[in-house]
Amino acid sequence: MNKESDPKILVFSTNSISDPGIDLAGGAHMHYSTAVQVVPLPCSSGVKPAWIVHAIEQGFDGVFVAGCGGDCAFLSDCTPRTSAVIKKAQDMMKEKGINPKRLKMSGICSVCADNFVAHMNNFQNELKKLDANENG
Amino acid sequence: MAQKRRIGVYVCHCGGNISDYVNVEEVADAVRNDPNVVVSRTHMFTCSDAAQQEMIDEIKEKQLDGLVIASCSPKLHMFTFRGMSERANLNQYQYIHVNLREQCSWVHTNDKVGATKKGIHLLRAGIAKCELTVPLNAIRIETKPRVLVVGAGVSGMRAAISLADMGLAVFLIEREAEAGGWALQTGKMGPEAQDGTDVVAKLLTRINQHENIMLHTSAEVVSKSGSIGDFNVSVRLPGDETVSLNVGAIVVTTGFEPYTPQTDEYGWGAPGVIPLKDFRQMLAEADGPLMHNGKPVRDVAFIYCVGSRQLKSESCPEPNSYCSRYCCLATTYTATLLHDLEQKTGQPVNQYHLYRDVRTYGALEPIYEKARTGGAIFLRWDPSNPPQVTTEGDQLTVKAKDHLLGGEELEIGADLVVLATGMRPRENDTLNDILKIPESKDGFYNEIHLKLRPVETMIDGVFIAGTAQGPKTLAESVASSLAAVAKTGGLLMKGYVDLEPLIAKVDTDKCIWCGECLKACPYGAIEKVNVGEKEIAFVIESMCKGAGPCVPVCPHNAIEIEGFRDDQITAMIDASIKELETK
Ligand SMILES: Cc1cc2nc3c(=O)[nH]c(=O)nc-3n(C[C@H](O)[C@H](O)[C@H](O)COP(=O)(O)OP(=O)(O)OC[C@H]3O[C@@H](n4cnc5c(N)ncnc54)[C@H](O)[C@@H]3O)c2cc1C
Ligand code: SF4
Ligand code: SF4
Ligand code: SF4
Repeated sequence: MNKESDPKILVFSTNSISDPGIDLAGGAHMHYSTAVQVVPLPCSSGVKPAWIVHAIEQGFDGVFVAGCGGDCAFLSDCTPRTSAVIKKAQDMMKEKGINPKRLKMSGICSVCADNFVAHMNNFQNELKKLDANENG
Repeated sequence: MAQKRRIGVYVCHCGGNISDYVNVEEVADAVRNDPNVVVSRTHMFTCSDAAQQEMIDEIKEKQLDGLVIASCSPKLHMFTFRGMSERANLNQYQYIHVNLREQCSWVHTNDKVGATKKGIHLLRAGIAKCELTVPLNAIRIETKPRVLVVGAGVSGMRAAISLADMGLAVFLIEREAEAGGWALQTGKMGPEAQDGTDVVAKLLTRINQHENIMLHTSAEVVSKSGSIGDFNVSVRLPGDETVSLNVGAIVVTTGFEPYTPQTDEYGWGAPGVIPLKDFRQMLAEADGPLMHNGKPVRDVAFIYCVGSRQLKSESCPEPNSYCSRYCCLATTYTATLLHDLEQKTGQPVNQYHLYRDVRTYGALEPIYEKARTGGAIFLRWDPSNPPQVTTEGDQLTVKAKDHLLGGEELEIGADLVVLATGMRPRENDTLNDILKIPESKDGFYNEIHLKLRPVETMIDGVFIAGTAQGPKTLAESVASSLAAVAKTGGLLMKGYVDLEPLIAKVDTDKCIWCGECLKACPYGAIEKVNVGEKEIAFVIESMCKGAGPCVPVCPHNAIEIEGFRDDQITAMIDASIKELETK
């Protein structure tokens, strides 16, 4: 159930692998907060660090990159490449005084519905703690 | 956003699948007065023929130049609505799909207010992206009516024949001196009781008689250029002669490698411990009682799942965790062959089959039945307690804990221990470097989707079949070959192919040729070109897959993926977070 206080999460998902996994959560009528919103891309290795920083600056509390993990149909080394993007984004976040914990990445496969929902719940809890610390 | 647009927005009820949990009227209302939106309405079933016709009429009448539909997952209907756009004379790449069902109504069935608010955000993000779309054309490539089949095992031979029957010219190349692959060494095969060598001989006759097939043995691919529909492949023939082949598609049927046990794994290395292949050969060659070391064979132990379904352990850090599929069939069938030989020679042989699970699935079950009723003894072991093989002189002993007898310890004396070794991906470094087909976690060539696209690879125009794609029985190998034939035929018989234009493009002003994108591209789709004085990166349209690993590595923001451009994603982010005006 969404409350006004739910941290807002932007998810970058991938068309062929993680998006079907996220769709499956819908197919199975699972629940996560309405403060989670997905932008699909072709592959998680193509996320630009600047987009991540921009999302936080515009008001998202956290960004979650749902990678293809080992299942990527494009690249066998998709995960290390995505990790490099994440690393770069976290460096940029630090420079701007944004806590790098506001960015998370995990492989979400095409059947990873439970996994995705758990990630969203955990991430929101972590973001709530971060907010409490940063504001108090 | 510079240009004024004329966008149509349609929000779907999906019966009640969406509208029960999202107030779709409120969603459509919220964007109706947006500057670039000309029309915004809801439909009960957007995908119905009637609704599509209404939208087509409206797109034409209002001269829309952009379309956003908020409905089910794009996996279901994105192509439906792209097709509809084209029928309405609207460029299909100016259509944007918003997922309001799987990623909104269905996951928020407990919060209609929140879901409606989120729906508006999702729709706004879609409109923001649509505002920045440009008309694009599919990349049309003419295809050559010729095919290269790499690997002349049963899979490759079977594929070559059916492709040639369609009227396509086929080049079939085999690395070894002889075509046939492993089937030449399997003896009599189940369930059809056909000799592997006969199967190969029959296929070879058809190949040699077929005017459309050119078979080269002792031949190997040395280089490849071009892309779907028009590949140029160099093949080295015996005597260091090289031929250049121009083909529209490539079918890869390079097969498997049998697993080789490690020293001492189930007694491997000791005399009398042999792989199933060697035992099949013994049976094929036997013209009297089976002999080993000059003595008749009385007791044979078969161990299943050798090198398959392995658990991770210290001695096995990189396990083959998959099932090799053929070995339960092949080993139970071998039991029946041994029974037949007993009948013929009158020489009794005791058979002990030490299995984990008998996976004689589907129509193969009667083979297992026949093996058991013929007198073979089946003992089930548990992976935590695998059988141990020891030797004393030329006497082999197999110690096993029978899982079904509650772990009772058994000792079996055997003249031969036969290991049902699994299938491994074949070492093929040169070919892998040239073709760049992605591999699965198990190391076999990876299909795009196991069920939906089982013989296609991420490399357009390159198909995989047989055991090169994963462990298979003979019948399954042939079935997958024929699937690859259907796909290849479907591609080449039409004469052309249309590719997605959602690929990388380089900003020629910003690019200063640093080569980072070239290093990041796994498909070799980037080239250096000269434009006037300047060196810049150039994207080879037919090779780029639009995945985008080149995008974040460019230090100058000079390369992006069409459809996922910087300005589009940024606009989507902004629209996703913008506070909604409260009414
Ligand atoms: C001991 C044994 C018993 C079996 N018994 C049965 C049975 O009873 N029933 C059953 O259904 N199945 C059985 N099988 C399985 C069956 O043999 C296989 O499913 C089938 O032979 C697979 O054929 P393939 O063409 O996919 O692969 P392969 O036979 O491996 O053929 C691949 C071919 O490609 C060639 N090649 C590889 N790389 C290159 C390259 N780079 N360039 C050119 N050529 C290349 C190889 O030389 C080979 O000729 C058995 C297998 C074994 C090992
Ligand atoms: S377009 Fe999708 S959401 Fe709309 S009615 Fe058809 S299936 Fe349902
Ligand atoms: S087919 Fe049978 S022997 Fe082969 S790996 Fe699978 S379960 Fe084991
Ligand atoms: S990485 Fe960017 S600047 Fe460098 S060559 Fe590629 S497009 Fe040009």
